[in-house]
Amino acid sequence: MRKLTLALGALAVAATASTGPAVAQTNEQFLPALVYRTGPYAPNGIPFANGVADYWTLLNERDGGINGVKIVFEECETGYATDKGVECYERLKGKGPTGAGYFSPLSTGITFALTDKVPGDKIPLLTMGYGRSESRDGAVFPWNFIAVGSYWTAADVAIQHIAKEVGGFDKLKDKKISLVYHDSPYGKEPIAALEARAKLNGFTFKAIPVTHPGVEQKSQWLSIRQDRPDYVLLWGWGVMNSTSIKEAAAVGYPRDKVIGVWWSGAEPDVTPAGDQSAGYKALMLQHGPGKFAVHADLEKFLVSKGKSVSKEDFAQVLYNRGLINSMIGTEAVRTAMKKYGNKPMTGEQVRWGFENLNLTAARIKELGFEGMLQPLRFSCEDHQGADVARVQQWDGKAWKTVSDYYKADDKILAPLVKEHAAKYATEKKITARDCSKES
Amino acid sequence: MFYRETGQFKTSYAADMQIFPIRQDRIALWVVLAIAFLGIPLLDQLQVWPFGGEYMLRAILIPFLILSLAAIGLNILTGYCGQLSLGSGAFMAIGAYSAYKFGTGVHIPLGLFNLSIPPLPVLPSILLGALMSAFVGILFGIPSLRIKGLYLAVATLAAQFFFDWVFIRVKWFTNYNSSGSVSAPDLNFFGYVVNTPIDRYLLCLVFVSIFALLAKNLVRGNIGRQWMATRDMDIAAELMGIRPLYAKLTAFAISSFIMGVAGALWAFVYLGAWEPLAFSIDRSFQILFMVIIGGLGSILGSFLGAAFILVLPIALDQVPHALGVPISVETVSHLVFIVTGTLICWLLIVEPRGFARLWLTGKEKLRLWPYPY
Repeated sequence: MRKLTLALGALAVAATASTGPAVAQTNEQFLPALVYRTGPYAPNGIPFANGVADYWTLLNERDGGINGVKIVFEECETGYATDKGVECYERLKGKGPTGAGYFSPLSTGITFALTDKVPGDKIPLLTMGYGRSESRDGAVFPWNFIAVGSYWTAADVAIQHIAKEVGGFDKLKDKKISLVYHDSPYGKEPIAALEARAKLNGFTFKAIPVTHPGVEQKSQWLSIRQDRPDYVLLWGWGVMNSTSIKEAAAVGYPRDKVIGVWWSGAEPDVTPAGDQSAGYKALMLQHGPGKFAVHADLEKFLVSKGKSVSKEDFAQVLYNRGLINSMIGTEAVRTAMKKYGNKPMTGEQVRWGFENLNLTAARIKELGFEGMLQPLRFSCEDHQGADVARVQQWDGKAWKTVSDYYKADDKILAPLVKEHAAKYATEKKITARDCSKES
Repeated sequence: MFYRETGQFKTSYAADMQIFPIRQDRIALWVVLAIAFLGIPLLDQLQVWPFGGEYMLRAILIPFLILSLAAIGLNILTGYCGQLSLGSGAFMAIGAYSAYKFGTGVHIPLGLFNLSIPPLPVLPSILLGALMSAFVGILFGIPSLRIKGLYLAVATLAAQFFFDWVFIRVKWFTNYNSSGSVSAPDLNFFGYVVNTPIDRYLLCLVFVSIFALLAKNLVRGNIGRQWMATRDMDIAAELMGIRPLYAKLTAFAISSFIMGVAGALWAFVYLGAWEPLAFSIDRSFQILFMVIIGGLGSILGSFLGAAFILVLPIALDQVPHALGVPISVETVSHLVFIVTGTLICWLLIVEPRGFARLWLTGKEKLRLWPYPY
């Protein structure tokens, strides 16, 4: 008993020691990773985290870091829980010689909580394809970068694809479209855009919530069977997605009328449902699965040497998304270095780097991401950089791209962004920046 | 020897009735308070380890204080009054959302006449939010007059699910935010905006100290004795002239009030922006475990339990990394579950009445030391 108490005490001392003095000043860029490799969302969290880590390791192995500044990174397990995410953020934000470069929480809930904290700590948030849709407005949200696409982009593109399938926007009248969504900020985000679209195009919109974590969906799909909507949009994450597909099959709802968001369109979402998934469609956050030029380097520098953390998820959808996430982040660091010199960047400098990031087609090709990403350019007004997406379909074995790029309709989304950002600004008493005065 | 009260004579009734009758306890309390109110801000000012950076304050001490407060709240209900509750998360949520509504302005459209309250400052909104929580606590406490034990736990579980549902579904509570996530208004106390971690810490500390003192005083007074009598044997208590209605409902009210304050602080001071998931059933269980591990019927136990349940996993999570052991985060997080779970089992076998009892035993031992008895 006494020995155990002593051991416990020693453990506690050791634990507090870990929060001790920071690392000595070195030529290292610290990048934090909030991951979830456990819990109900782990099947989707793991490939993404692997992609993020692999790209950073690749830069270190191949180029010796970013412009000679070595990347050091540390993962912190959030389990997709907001309070744990906040703890991880506090734990990691001050590490390394200049603190964390940027955060990517991969959780809309954590993004909401951190959005209030990052302005004080001066660390940018890179939320690629998730988070607050109105944070596209960089004047009100200087620290948020909702790169590549927001949920409103996704909602708009999904409706455009449905319109194309039914033969034009005028045919959308008296159609019924239902949204099956994860009952959290994540799932609720698209509703505003879908309601705006419903008003414009005259279809009947119905939102059907599914409680976290989403393994219980019988009643929702029974109501869909009763209601017979022409299309079902799926806004799920983790185990909820495959459950939805199984339930759709159980009530005999055609899978090719179900369109998932890009967080419902990866391999872990369809494989558990087996053959029942065939025909299911999902949006693409521009990229799909498969190997591109960057994967050749990954295989050469990491996989062959056993340095890659990924196993069977290599070149899967979410792994590739992790790669792109890290690429955009490190390119922002590189852009910042152009202004501030080749040394470790602070969060504030990285923020400038994001805002002035211009990924041209040539640069994307040079980085080995051609075919995965369209040109992307942030500015003070636009923290999203791009608003195009495609649709893919699961044929039972692999994802096949079935559409060309759609561009989200700015006429509908821009006023929505302005309105919601203005509401946030008044609520939080933020004075919007004047973008014409930013350099 | 260390805890001997020999020579400490009580010469007045006041001295006999003080909260901590033993001088050593009083000294210890003042030392703890001095460290909490002066020492920690000083260390933070000097940025001395482990207060370099904001991690210690923001990620450990602030949540620890707030959850301790919630544990005190539940301890009054479960530990002192014997009413098992699984609705702590709901009462915290009511405190948080009501405070949010009061802080951002209440507007109730009632058809002919509209009820509008302009946005209130933070302090009144937190207290009014806690009052709402107390009110709902009384409402859900009424069944406790008829049902007991596990059945009451199920009734409070109903409160938990009901309010989870209300705050997700009823958009009025989230001011019609498209995402259902709300963010706290400025923490403006009489013109001073509480923003830095040390300010936030002190704010929580003030709340916790006041309510802990209140609770400590309540439980040794008339009302606390009524609660304990009800807990120990409600029929006997009733025969002695204690009204169960009054005893149980006051316990529900005060407990919910304190949990409401804790909920508002958790939302406003710790999270900043939150969704109903922050007050889910997991939170209820977490607080119940704190109370059980810390010791039912002990204010000190609430603090010890909160420290154990909240801080231990966080600390364990960082041990492998600090020691430079290269194991992946998922292995660490599984290990944390295993170790924490084992420790809870072990602790409950060795000392079923929690840390508070362990402390009492320790005190006895110290009193007799160096003699075995």
